[in-house]
Amino acid sequence: MEQTNFQLKQQKTQSNDWSARLHHATRATREDWLGKSISYLCIGVIILVVASMLWFITSKGIATFTQNHVSLGKFLTGTNWAPDQGKIGALPMIVGSFAVTFAAAIVATPFAVGTAIFMTEISPNKGRKLLQPVIELLVGIPSVVYGFIGLAVVVPFMRSIVGGSGFGIISATFVLFVMVLPTITSMTVDSLRAVPRHFKEASLALGATRWQTVSRVILRSATPGILTAVIFGMARAFGEALAVQMVIGNAAIMPKNLISPASTLTSQLTTGIGDTIDGTLPNNALWSLALILLLMSLFFNALVRVIAKRGQLKHER
Amino acid sequence: MNKGSKLAMGIAAISLLLVGCGKATSSTSSKSSSSEALSGKVTAVGSTALQPLAAKAGANFQAKNSKVNLTVQGGGSGTGLSQVQAGAVSIGNSDIFAEEKAGIKADKLTDHKVAVVGMAPVVNKDAGIKNLKMAQVKQIFTGKITNWKEVGGKDQKIVIINRAQGSGTRATFENAVLKGATAVKSQEQDSNGAVQKIVATTPGAISYLAFSYFTNKLQAVSIDNVTPTDNNVENNKWKIWSYEHMYTKGTPDKATAAFLKYMDSKAVQNSLVKDMGYISIHDMKVTKDAKGTVTQN
Repeated sequence: MEQTNFQLKQQKTQSNDWSARLHHATRATREDWLGKSISYLCIGVIILVVASMLWFITSKGIATFTQNHVSLGKFLTGTNWAPDQGKIGALPMIVGSFAVTFAAAIVATPFAVGTAIFMTEISPNKGRKLLQPVIELLVGIPSVVYGFIGLAVVVPFMRSIVGGSGFGIISATFVLFVMVLPTITSMTVDSLRAVPRHFKEASLALGATRWQTVSRVILRSATPGILTAVIFGMARAFGEALAVQMVIGNAAIMPKNLISPASTLTSQLTTGIGDTIDGTLPNNALWSLALILLLMSLFFNALVRVIAKRGQLKHER
Repeated sequence: MNKGSKLAMGIAAISLLLVGCGKATSSTSSKSSSSEALSGKVTAVGSTALQPLAAKAGANFQAKNSKVNLTVQGGGSGTGLSQVQAGAVSIGNSDIFAEEKAGIKADKLTDHKVAVVGMAPVVNKDAGIKNLKMAQVKQIFTGKITNWKEVGGKDQKIVIINRAQGSGTRATFENAVLKGATAVKSQEQDSNGAVQKIVATTPGAISYLAFSYFTNKLQAVSIDNVTPTDNNVENNKWKIWSYEHMYTKGTPDKATAAFLKYMDSKAVQNSLVKDMGYISIHDMKVTKDAKGTVTQN
């Protein structure tokens, strides 16, 4: 009897203990809750920052059209940029930005893909030990250094080869080529490494040469990844301000050729922002340029998503 | 300390930083000092042409008044004028009169002229040009003359390097030389330093610089046989010059007023101003108003 009594008692206290434990949050639960709320707080702050930036740039950027009553069509197609005289045709800068971006991407892509193939297929060892650090170093160099080298080396070089002042789209392309090369290369390397091994093995087993395997199987299957890499490179080129501003010459005129001075959206922004007064047309016009830049980077991001989706579908089939 | 609380502290630190950034530029506390020692915070923002002088004078001023926290920043004349108008800084540095800038209510601001800067056309040495007529300078910058041989130089294409639209130096140059005509569209650079480097290395280049930026790698050009010297600016024989202004809004606090007084003192005007390539406001024999009218003193 005594024994059973004792057992009952023990059971009771145990169940009491258990109910207490079950009804109160354990340490693990509390940590879980804390972690969750911290993550939500972080997300909240980031969303707040992004949303307020979008709102700020948009509201400032459309003031040109709502307050100063400049027509959107004239802003996008006008070629005369003289904000102090009330003329704000942004086409020269839009064309300039796209010209340097596409030119740099076109020049850089073959080099980047070639380097990436070397690093993944031809000589992975050398690639990892030699090229990887070099590319990482290139990413880390600040853009003002690129610009300074451009001003001291590229501009005089272009002047001696093609004549003119040396400032222009071609110099900007050259500087941007070096700047976007590491971005495109490292992302292409990732997408080449992500190609399933059995693709390569199957190709080789069917008697394809290494070149055939690389060009028809590996590159083909990594195409969405490579396109994404190129677009990321273009986004970087489109948004680069300092280095481009130092070598392009900043002349707000429609670019007629590659060797005459031109300007980009970013170079106009950095040159003009210190000399304009808040709330006046010249200042609002610069915000409108910033809005175009913002919309373009959103567009590049959307493009990356679309390509990634299409690439996924291909693999599933 | 577990991971969670570390992270929370990190977030707190970041959000403090974010809040701090917003406030830092606008805080111009003006603690009234009970004793004779000056204290408080003075922020002078704007013109990059005035910045070296203001920074040097500011450092000297602070050495004497250790309790005053004086900061000098660049950003451009437009930034200086709009920031002082908004009340965000105590002093707005500008190369141009507030009246000349659209969007600035000049009657709300008080002008303190602290120095004079002369500017002159500079050309690349290869062009073979030492003197030009005023009309020729105008024709070059409006795109009517495009080759140096038309004005007695080499057979070489003229490369115009302009300053950014809205820059104080450009406004001064255009007021004195172009007189209302529109400059031809050309390269634009946003600083004296960039212009100096580019003109020195680009064959056929012409631009304009403050006297203090002349080097032996450049050719400063005389206009109508008047050489760009301080003396010629002082009696207005040389026409391209402007005041360096320090604008304040309302009644300046004690520290700001003391600094402005120091800028006008002989210690600054007779030595520092001249040493740094500016012209003393005390040496001027003429006065120019916001409309560009010059009167003898």
